[in-house]
Amino acid sequence: MIIDYQTIVHLASRLSLALLIVSIALTFIRLVRGPQAADRVVALDLIAIMIVAFLGAYAVHVKDTSFLDVAIAYALIAFLGTVALARYLIRSCNASKQCSTGREEE
Amino acid sequence: MSALIASALLIVGSIFCLVAAVGMLRLPDTLIRMHAATKAGTVGAGCILAAEAVVAGELGTTLKAIAAIVFLLLTAPVAAHLIGRAAYHQGIRLFEKTWIDELADSMPVDGSATETSLTHSSESSGKDNGKREDGPGPSGNHP
Repeated sequence: MIIDYQTIVHLASRLSLALLIVSIALTFIRLVRGPQAADRVVALDLIAIMIVAFLGAYAVHVKDTSFLDVAIAYALIAFLGTVALARYLIRSCNASKQCSTGREEE
Repeated sequence: MSALIASALLIVGSIFCLVAAVGMLRLPDTLIRMHAATKAGTVGAGCILAAEAVVAGELGTTLKAIAAIVFLLLTAPVAAHLIGRAAYHQGIRLFEKTWIDELADSMPVDGSATETSLTHSSESSGKDNGKREDGPGPSGNHP
């Protein structure tokens, strides 16, 4: 029996896409349910990393390497968004005086 | 051969991502959830991009995929550090079986965290919490 390698990669990428969709859905539950803002930021960061992985797997699946550029650009934007959200968290807890250290306002 | 390696990398990476997602759901605490999210997420995305690098025929695509992996490996710890710092300073509730909280003892300004996180740490931190009511003292007053 001759194994068709393209078929193997096609099936593996399809399975990988399915698993990634399930993972993003599970993380989205935490994004909705997360009791505090930090949980939601962590879930958003993980969803962004999983979307980068999804774009990589989709580039393998459709044999179109231009999705790799999309993945790189999305990783950059997701990192900037995560940094902005983390700074927003620190600034908001400084503003509401509930922060555990007041160094940034003194 | 490269097709088999790429298939294995794809499946291993997506299983890592699935483990990260299950950890996000099941683990009890924000910081413990970050342990699942950052490591497994980075390894999962890295494996899938490595599969793209293996299966690509030309050099430019491989280099692009490797650049994406390097970028993920560089930015994921920075983002995790920022989120963890913001979450801790915001006074998240720690897991009730947390038995060590060194940041509460060595906080540079007032040496204490918020009340929610201090209820789970040692008794010396509890005394520091009492001192904090008088105002921020010098950092050398911790036992």
